[in-house]
Amino acid sequence: MNVIAFYIAAVIAIVTTVLVITRKNAVQALLYLAISLISVAIVFYDLGAPFIAALEVIVYAGSIIVLFIFVVMMLNLGKRATVAEGKLLKARMWIGPSILAAILLGEVGYLLAKANAQAPAAHVISPREVGMTLYGPYLLGVELSSILLMGALVGAYHLGWYKRPRLEIEDVTREHATGAHAGRDTVRAGSNRPAGAA
Amino acid sequence: MLAGILFALGVIGLLVRRNLVFVLMSIEIMLNAAGLAFITAGARWGQADGQVMFIFILAMAASEVSVGLALVLQLYHLNQSLDADRASAMRG
Repeated sequence: MNVIAFYIAAVIAIVTTVLVITRKNAVQALLYLAISLISVAIVFYDLGAPFIAALEVIVYAGSIIVLFIFVVMMLNLGKRATVAEGKLLKARMWIGPSILAAILLGEVGYLLAKANAQAPAAHVISPREVGMTLYGPYLLGVELSSILLMGALVGAYHLGWYKRPRLEIEDVTREHATGAHAGRDTVRAGSNRPAGAA
Repeated sequence: MLAGILFALGVIGLLVRRNLVFVLMSIEIMLNAAGLAFITAGARWGQADGQVMFIFILAMAASEVSVGLALVLQLYHLNQSLDADRASAMRG
């Protein structure tokens, strides 16, 4: 375990987390959050968990941040988006995360160079060991988390599905207003079509 | 120690901010801090159980954030705002 690398990564994690909760701009906060997660991943690597460090970068800093960024982009659609785009290209926006990311990159290079030279002193728990434990005593947990992920998939799909019913209602009301025959008698329950329209 | 500080920052962020996206980010910070505590404990005793728990936390965080962000989108389309105070009135 490299103490200096641990403390540098820890200080960067704390600083970026403070910056995350004090930013006003969501995209800037997301950049700092990504840096914070990557520094925590370096802490994991330093604690002898390289597999978890890789998972942290892939899942947290990769997919979860991308999900947040998609939602932020979907929420600022319209005229304000171009203004925000211009703001994103200013130096003040990305200079802080870039400096912190450069520090972390140097640290990763230092750790890798050192790992080639000598084995780390701490006991490194290999992915094989983690896998044996995960599919041994914790098999029930794996099944439960698969159920949870399935539920999250269905739930997110259901919650994200807001366009279709509204469009269908508009369609039905327009047809009713023009007096044209709808041509189909299956109407969603709860739509505002009068009962005698068909 | 680091995990405690990060968790405290997450709680502060959750309490202070009113933007729902920031609230979700604070929840992510707190889950990450809890995972860090697990990893530290696992490294301290040299067991793989801490990392297994972190994998579970990871799966839980991923599912939670997907459902949470879908809810945020629904709320935004409902009242054109991300303020958590404006969403306090739930009329069925």
